[in-house]
Amino acid sequence: MGFVTFIGRRIFQSIFVLLGLSILIFIIARIMPGDPARVAMGARAPDWVVENLREQMHLNDPLPVQYGYWLRDALQGDFGISLFTRRNVADDVREFLPASLELVFTSGIIAGVVGISLGAISARYKDTWIDGVLRMFSYFGVVTPAFVFAILFLLLFGLALQWLPPIGRLSDGIPKPPVITGMITVDALLAGQFATFWDAFKHLLMPALALSMGALAQEARITRSSMADNLSKDYIAAERALGIPERVIMSRFLLKPSLIPTISVFALDFAAGLSNAFLVELIFNWPGLSRYGMNAMLRKDLNAISAVILILGITFTIANIVVDLVVGALDPRIRLSAERSE
Amino acid sequence: MGEVIPARHSHPTISLEQVKLMERQTRRENLGRAWYKFSRNSLSLVGAAMVLLVLLLAIFAPLVAPYPEHVKPFTDFANAKLPPSWAHPFGTDEIGRDILSRSIFGFRYALWMGVVVLSLVVPPGVLLGLVAGYFQGTRIDTIIMRITDIFLAVPPLILALAIASILKPNLSNAMMAVSLMWWPWYTRLVYGLASTLRNEYFVVSAEVSGASTAHILFREILPNVISPIFTKISLDMGWVIIIGSTLSFVGLGVQPPEPGLGTMVASGAKYLPDQWWIAVFPALAIVLIVLGFNLLGDGLRDMLGAEEI
Repeated sequence: MGFVTFIGRRIFQSIFVLLGLSILIFIIARIMPGDPARVAMGARAPDWVVENLREQMHLNDPLPVQYGYWLRDALQGDFGISLFTRRNVADDVREFLPASLELVFTSGIIAGVVGISLGAISARYKDTWIDGVLRMFSYFGVVTPAFVFAILFLLLFGLALQWLPPIGRLSDGIPKPPVITGMITVDALLAGQFATFWDAFKHLLMPALALSMGALAQEARITRSSMADNLSKDYIAAERALGIPERVIMSRFLLKPSLIPTISVFALDFAAGLSNAFLVELIFNWPGLSRYGMNAMLRKDLNAISAVILILGITFTIANIVVDLVVGALDPRIRLSAERSE
Repeated sequence: MGEVIPARHSHPTISLEQVKLMERQTRRENLGRAWYKFSRNSLSLVGAAMVLLVLLLAIFAPLVAPYPEHVKPFTDFANAKLPPSWAHPFGTDEIGRDILSRSIFGFRYALWMGVVVLSLVVPPGVLLGLVAGYFQGTRIDTIIMRITDIFLAVPPLILALAIASILKPNLSNAMMAVSLMWWPWYTRLVYGLASTLRNEYFVVSAEVSGASTAHILFREILPNVISPIFTKISLDMGWVIIIGSTLSFVGLGVQPPEPGLGTMVASGAKYLPDQWWIAVFPALAIVLIVLGFNLLGDGLRDMLGAEEI
């Protein structure tokens, strides 16, 4: 039961953190110089119209009261009207979030699979030229900003080689599949439209790759160092002495315990993915929540900014809890220490 | 000769000068050992060399840049969009400015960003971590660490973008936005270290002998957490420069015509793929500087044995 209590407490704490985050977002939104109502109506609107809107937006109330109204609405999924799309922010979020999740999940899968494989190869051929090349590669992956990868990939695969479509989610003339999850690749598969899936996948691949590079390199580095550490442990020597084939030792006995640090940093990588999506979606014109948020920021669209940050905060918090669960499932010691600390 | 330490039993007498000499030798040996650990990994040396190169280029930019006047408002449409050549190793941009010169000056903005942000965030972040760690389990700890958690609940780039976007877009506001988001990392790092150290005997005995809280925080605990902090500072120089150039890239940092590296990548991106050099060389300059600080930071970590980072 100890581990369940541990996770329960984590969820309980997270709720308070998210409440705190909502206060922080509210403060940020209110320190903005200028009058949100004036911004919404434009410079030429008569004063009485602006004053009416101020009253309607509760802008004349004291700040704590304003926060109360704001939080009540936000909890009901009502973030107000986007000052620029002129639609409900909630509707915008519902439309744009799936595209972002599709992108971030795909890049997470690429980062996990490729990163862990590269790390394992690197550890297997430790101190050979293969290891050297892979380590150099991961160094560059870690230090290169996501927007640089995005531009380089766009330049190389999209424009110079023309292997992949440079922007958007679907080619012209291909009908969108019926909306089930909002992720076009998934929806196309569910509807059995394989041609649509293939087209959507090709559009998805390049931004997802650009987004995954940093996390991929990080995963590779951590997998390598943790496998290299475990490689010198006694239990591996014992298994070798028993004559267990190297391949089996590597895949069955070395990889699993070595993956725990890799998975622990996955939450941080997910965070990096969410934030780098702001740049990558902008560059590839990917109609996701991050591009929406980025545009909202560049236009000072207050309601939209608040909603995007809060939703990304919730997503990140959930990811953190999931990572705790997975690490706990993989590593009995963590479950035990959670139980012992009861 | 100065005072003489009285001999005990049959030990030979040692003068204070000799003690000092021995201390000096030990210190030299420790330095030598640290240098050995640092230089054992040749990549650390490469990193240190890269950082040194960037520093020198930034400091002496007006002397080493081939066309320093291209940083100021300047146009030369006859020489616009020239590909890399001997006269312009990195080519020229859309209005004829030498990209090498502008990149060299761009290092100044990148380093300035890193130095200002870190000197703003490290002292308060470390102080809060020390206090919360020392008063572990009390209300002070709870308040400080819960606030820290709130700031860590959203990736720093997103909140920095949000804050920078509602302020006037310029370099100092970008620095402020990043600083507001960066201190919690130091608080969390120092908190973890300080909360274990506070139960060590040297802290407890200082408490028992009546030392002030300030003495315990700054003279007992702080010296023991200083090496992870320095390692993190070196690694963070790279991350802050990445975030800074990202802000500049979306137009919320260094404003044109000032040569911010991210700003240059953004304006060069419009001329891809045909005039690739306008965006690619400033981007490589960012990679060079961040790579240098990362390699250096990894070397420091090996040297100081700070695995916590």
